[in-house]
Amino acid sequence: MKTGVIKAILCAISLISVVVLLGVVFYILMAGARVVSPGFLFRSPDYINFEEGGIFPQIVGSLYLLAVSLLFAVPLGVASGIYLAEYAPRNIVTMCTRLFVECLAGIPSVVIGLFGLTFFVYYLGFGPSVLSGGLSLGIMILPWTVRASEEAIKSVPSTYRAASLALGASKWQTIRLVVLKSAYPGMITGILLGAGKAIGEAAIVLLTTGGLATFLPHSLFDDVGSLPVYIYLVLTVIPASREIGEAYAFGASLVLIGIFLCISIFALLLRNRYIKRLRGE
Amino acid sequence: MGLIETEDLSVLYGDVPAIKRVNIEIEANKITAVIGPSGCGKTTFLRALNRMNELNGARTDGKVLIDGENIYNGNTDVNMLRRRVGMVFQQPNPFPMSIFDNVAYGPRIHGIRNNKLKRIVEESLRKAALWEEVHDRLDSSALMLSGGQQQRLCIARALAVNPEIILFDEPCSALDPISTARIEALLRELKKDYTIVIVTHNMQQAARVSDYTAFFLMGELIEFDETTRIFERPKDKRTEDYITGRFG
Repeated sequence: MKTGVIKAILCAISLISVVVLLGVVFYILMAGARVVSPGFLFRSPDYINFEEGGIFPQIVGSLYLLAVSLLFAVPLGVASGIYLAEYAPRNIVTMCTRLFVECLAGIPSVVIGLFGLTFFVYYLGFGPSVLSGGLSLGIMILPWTVRASEEAIKSVPSTYRAASLALGASKWQTIRLVVLKSAYPGMITGILLGAGKAIGEAAIVLLTTGGLATFLPHSLFDDVGSLPVYIYLVLTVIPASREIGEAYAFGASLVLIGIFLCISIFALLLRNRYIKRLRGE
Repeated sequence: MGLIETEDLSVLYGDVPAIKRVNIEIEANKITAVIGPSGCGKTTFLRALNRMNELNGARTDGKVLIDGENIYNGNTDVNMLRRRVGMVFQQPNPFPMSIFDNVAYGPRIHGIRNNKLKRIVEESLRKAALWEEVHDRLDSSALMLSGGQQQRLCIARALAVNPEIILFDEPCSALDPISTARIEALLRELKKDYTIVIVTHNMQQAARVSDYTAFFLMGELIEFDETTRIFERPKDKRTEDYITGRFG
């Protein structure tokens, strides 16, 4: 009786969560679908005849920024994760490092944007560019990749390590050939979470790239557009009317969600392939 | 002179000794069983022979001589040592890879490729009496095998790096009686080419397969002799009490 009641309450609550989330997605879908067309997807924004323009540079720019941020954060994160999980001595320094990584994960993105602006854009002279934006986004997601890698490596059964070492493999061979292979699925999940944060981030990109670009960047040092920044700008500064701005913001949001959905599906397929291989199916 | 000799071998976890001043001589091409109640240090003793204890941060005092060379002196290459002294664990622990890749893992690490690798994999699986069962599905996952097959695969994997000595840590404790009988038959076969040290909590198993038996109690080597003597005319009262089932 009591179990039944608790189950019913929990079921109702989870249903509410699902309905709320579905409602949001449905609303974006309905509002966005009105403006999404081939022209919208493949044209550049036109800030004079706004309704003639599209978001192609923003789509490509978002993917560029994501790629640069992952190229920065994934190798660093995985390497740090390996060190923390396998090599780091259990002492106060390691504990402080872990704590620091946790804190880094909690820094508001606008503060990371501020750092990116002063350090990459001005101090290193990268200017408002793909590189400045990508590196700043990389710093934002670095704690996630570190944590995900460390946790994934720690969850690999120690019997694998013992078996490998007992065959005369060195510690590094063991990590490279056995441990990492088993840790990939967990790492992919963590990296995906980071990628979702990076591709949806507006504040950092606004501060470290121009964000208004109507052309594709030719090098890492070019200005670059991004979907979240586009959404912010069409809602605040650019269009003549509120209705048009909102419609285009919803259109861009729908595309952004679509892109992230595609990335997620790809990552999950990849993850499931690894899991299947590990289980031997 | 034994192939393996220990001189005052002690292993300590923190300040707590797991084994105390063990002196033993283990002969080549024989099966030496290590018996004793839980917590007597028999697994710690086994893992001292290929320096696996140091992975858990244990400290080792005294000497372990293999072919007269102390494996705890500063210039021993631990990876080479573990290649010479293979190990099969209590739980079958194949890697989550194909059957072939499991056996090929060791040789590949030591730089063997292509046809030679294939030959070693086949030979090892044959020696481990598994070839007939798996030769047509070497690419399927090792995790699809039964527990007994997995354990024989682990034996094949250990054989593939061509060790001189193989340490077995209660290799049948997770297996059914039929799989156990197969492993025991295999051990008798393997001792022609290898020196075997096996830890077992099963006294019948020690009596069935081993040539020599070492009895450990509370970290000390109480008695070491030919298996028939240990089981028929033990010298020490404690050995007798243990093998007759008065404790343990």
